[in-house]
Amino acid sequence: MTVETTELTLPSRIDTVATAAAAVADFVGRSGISDDAAFGIDMAVREAVTNAVLHGNRQDEGKVVEIILKSSPDAVEISVHDQGPGFNPAEVPDPTIQENILKTSGRGIFFMRSFMDEVDWSIRPGGGTTVRMLKRR
Amino acid sequence: MAELNINERQAGDVTILDMSGKITIGEGSVALRTAIRRLLEEGKKRILLNLAQVSYIDSSGIGELVSSYTAIGKEGGQLKLLKLTQKLQDLLTITKLLTVFDVYESEADALNSFK
Repeated sequence: MTVETTELTLPSRIDTVATAAAAVADFVGRSGISDDAAFGIDMAVREAVTNAVLHGNRQDEGKVVEIILKSSPDAVEISVHDQGPGFNPAEVPDPTIQENILKTSGRGIFFMRSFMDEVDWSIRPGGGTTVRMLKRR
Repeated sequence: MAELNINERQAGDVTILDMSGKITIGEGSVALRTAIRRLLEEGKKRILLNLAQVSYIDSSGIGELVSSYTAIGKEGGQLKLLKLTQKLQDLLTITKLLTVFDVYESEADALNSFK
């Protein structure tokens, strides 16, 4: 079974979101996944990297965002790792309930879960949060 | 080239912003915020956003649309949306914001709705 892997290490800046999205689009384009799936992956990656830069690393340029891309015959898997203090995704409010609909933030994780088949978070032993997202073919 | 280009035109007392590009975190969201603030400062409170040429929007951009909607509403104005792409319509549907925004396919219908 062929598995292609690419790793990126990027600075904790807002422009990293676009850089990461471009690199992932290139990777996904080579993987032969459908356009609809590629759109969803793009959305999810932008949101995951935004969270890593803003909420994880808090734009501290001494910290980096690491992205690991894996393409297998079954799926594309993307992991985004930050060096922040971590968070509990269960505590993130549902942005679609009535009291939250007009909030100006809080939809990133909702989009990641909406567009990917699997999304989970883990804390690395050395610190930081990793979000792993999987899109099946 | 800017991430988001905004062209302003006037139809009676409605200000139409024709937008093209991406409304994403950073430059695109800031450009929209800046444009809306300026219009409010100029007393222009009836605003129609033409999104036909907006190729991409992220959660930050959607947050900016919500922020614009509430800021204009607080000033006694109205923000309406024109010509959503299918992708944007899908995003507003899953976030339930399609129930909040007034959305039109035709510019004439949108302009009439302000009267």
